[in-house]
Amino acid sequence: MKPLALGGKARAVEIANGVHNHQVLRLVDASVEQPSSPNDAVLVKEAGFKLWAPPYAAVFVGERPEGTPTPLAITLGEEFSYLMPGDILGVHLDTGKVRTLYRRSSRHNGFLLTERCNHYCLMCSQPPKNVNDGWLLEEIARVIPLVNSETSYLGFTGGEPLLEWRRVVELLRLARDKLPNTAVHLLTNGRGFVNPEIADAWASIQHPNLSAGIPIYSAVDAVHDYVVQASGAFDETVLGILRLKERGQRVEVRIVLHAVTASRIVETARWLARNLPFVDHVALMGLENTGFAIANDRLLWIDPLDFQDDLALAVDILDAARVPVSVYNLPFCVLDQKVWPFARQSISDWKNAYLPQCAGCAAKANCAGFFSTGRPKQSRVIEPLQTFKTIDQEGAALRVA
Amino acid sequence: MARFQPASSYQPVAEELALLPLRFERTREGRFIVSNLVGDLVTLSEQQLRQIVDLDLAPGSDLYALAAEKLLVMKNGSQAPLQLLAMRLRSRMAFLQHPTQLHILVVTLRCEHSCPYCQVSRRSADRDRYDMPWETAVRAVEVALSTPSKYIKLEFQGGEPLLNFELIERIVPHAKKRANILGKELQFVITTNLALLDEHVLSFCQTEDIQISTSLDGPEDLHNRNRPRPGGNSHQLAIAGIRRAQTVLGKHRVGALMTTTEQSLGRVEEIVDEYIRLEMDGIFLRPLSPYGFAVKTKQFFRYDADKWLRFYEQGLRYILKINREGRYFPEFYAALVLRRMLTDRRIGYVDLRSPAGIGLGALVYNYDGKVFASDEGRMLAEMGDYSFELGTLEGATYASLVLSDKLIDLVSASLTQCAPQCSTCVFEPHCGADPVYHHATQGDPVGIKPLSEFCARQKGIMTLLTRLLEESPEDAAVLRRWAA
Repeated sequence: MKPLALGGKARAVEIANGVHNHQVLRLVDASVEQPSSPNDAVLVKEAGFKLWAPPYAAVFVGERPEGTPTPLAITLGEEFSYLMPGDILGVHLDTGKVRTLYRRSSRHNGFLLTERCNHYCLMCSQPPKNVNDGWLLEEIARVIPLVNSETSYLGFTGGEPLLEWRRVVELLRLARDKLPNTAVHLLTNGRGFVNPEIADAWASIQHPNLSAGIPIYSAVDAVHDYVVQASGAFDETVLGILRLKERGQRVEVRIVLHAVTASRIVETARWLARNLPFVDHVALMGLENTGFAIANDRLLWIDPLDFQDDLALAVDILDAARVPVSVYNLPFCVLDQKVWPFARQSISDWKNAYLPQCAGCAAKANCAGFFSTGRPKQSRVIEPLQTFKTIDQEGAALRVA
Repeated sequence: MARFQPASSYQPVAEELALLPLRFERTREGRFIVSNLVGDLVTLSEQQLRQIVDLDLAPGSDLYALAAEKLLVMKNGSQAPLQLLAMRLRSRMAFLQHPTQLHILVVTLRCEHSCPYCQVSRRSADRDRYDMPWETAVRAVEVALSTPSKYIKLEFQGGEPLLNFELIERIVPHAKKRANILGKELQFVITTNLALLDEHVLSFCQTEDIQISTSLDGPEDLHNRNRPRPGGNSHQLAIAGIRRAQTVLGKHRVGALMTTTEQSLGRVEEIVDEYIRLEMDGIFLRPLSPYGFAVKTKQFFRYDADKWLRFYEQGLRYILKINREGRYFPEFYAALVLRRMLTDRRIGYVDLRSPAGIGLGALVYNYDGKVFASDEGRMLAEMGDYSFELGTLEGATYASLVLSDKLIDLVSASLTQCAPQCSTCVFEPHCGADPVYHHATQGDPVGIKPLSEFCARQKGIMTLLTRLLEESPEDAAVLRRWAA
């Protein structure tokens, strides 16, 4: 179980004079498409590839063939062999640092907007850093015009994006203009929306398919504030959601399930169903055991088997109240069968894995599987299912394996 | 890495807490049903309730968590709980933005049935005297279409409305034409015993998209005993009519109501089975009302609220069993109450409202052009009590009827929000004022609630539903679906 290497160091970088240090490069297959912009780089994965005429940049995976003059040549190790035409790289030429920012074939492309945050969540998978990382937003502004326009989904995450709300709103306007058919989902703690100026700016984007994913970890203010390690957070987050919904914006409520939140998940679901039934989606999410979650393992770890019944009841309460609900990041074998129709394959492909015992499982093709990041911990009931049958939410079609 | 703060650093101490508005009521078992401002219910022990009211809540305790989740307490200075309560109260009162969507036209008072429990006081003869004239129907449609609501339901009642079907045939296309011009959306219902249903009527209902509402009291002997007609074949005709209407119009276009008489009391399972047999969408277990012949023939006085509640609970438990076995078959009254208890959405049912639904929820146009604030109000008028008569169609407008001093007095006098015994009742957010009932039984639109059978039935049903929701997980799962 190893996640895909989305970041790394180039083996070699060769630069002509006058090339900017920070490059955003869209990879193209020279046999199909002529590079057409200064951001295009030819992707070369086979040794002995017959070269083209310069002056285009090139990215080599593995060995760089002899005699290939180019204004910019970047040679990457085999761990980048997954790269395909259409993918986009961010490269710092002086350090050789390379990051894969977008993969054409993935359904889970996400952009980190900032590492700064006003929360300090007990289970944060992306621990915040108090750094000046405004260049990330500049980089994404350069990436968005290069993203394939048929991309169905882009995620934006942080840190807390609303700390830089003016620039983030500009970025979302860019996404609206360049990628009008791409759904955009942005993770935020929502507190910024208490400020009507920010809520208005967000609504004014008029993006055709934009949704804010906002966590509410408990209906009890003190518990939510403890989980996010910030006094007054619950109050502002709830008000922020109300401000967004008043403006007709899409909101998803996210609840990460761990020992602190799972113990009252039924009550939390009931509170959501009664107080915020108009949210567009509720995601009940298994824990990714990485980042702060590892440090707080003793506080947070609970075998999903131990909240199986409560999770089933929570899902039923929300579903009966006509609140769209999904369960993320948990494999079928730890879920009550009644919950199966709500379980999604939610883990990003680059960090999604299955265990050896999943080999003979009838549900594997539809199962969320596991995170390969951090220090994965498993329930005591992981076992292959002999038969698998689930009814989709419309209650009609059957998925049988 | 910065240190993480312990849970205790976020937990408010008692001095930081504030109590939010709540109501409570002791149950027979000595526990307390408690509701917040918008009717979220929870059952507590006396000590738990005292601790909440005294704000004697240990930081981090389960009771604090429960009280916060139920919006019974909050930390001083918080905004979210107040805004949630305000928003939800606004949603729960939003029916006021859609006034008077139901308009009932009594197209004739004649009927070929002679039911002793009839709440309408039907007449048997004299066509000229008891049928609604065309001009009256036209005026009724004009008033109905001048209400502020976009969606209007026109219901044809009697007597037996099919005895004056010629009027229905003429007025429906006329109403549609007028609605089209005025930008209103119309729905039509005919409330009929189906005895006179024929292919002509059915094909008209199909073409004009009219729903059928009928009466079915249960198995044949019970139904026929409750609903006598020449030939003693009411049940046979009703069944045949329901089946034909289901075939031609579709199952969801045909509804039925049952009325509970003394003879029904021991037979609720059989009554439910009859509805199941006929593949109805559900059943409405309905008590007798104190109007019309039901009073004159003393039918109304044959059972009290306790007897009724035993009948209702037995029926509800039987219906729940059917649902648990996999068939979706709601008891419609429970479904209405549950929708009030578990959601803030509007219900079309005008009796579970305060301000009361009289006039504001429904208007009734009698065959003779008199306008009433509710169907029960015109039933009282047939008994010589004109308290709910708002005027005559001649020269009336929607505003003149609904803003009449009479209606405003009746509505404002009966608000549950401030009526004695109602304002402090734990079920107030889910209940209705029903001034007509209390006027009919106690001669006062408010009445003394401990003497009110309406109140006893409401409390009984809501207590039962609360208990099922909290104590019976399998039944709760069914009841949640009914509320949706």
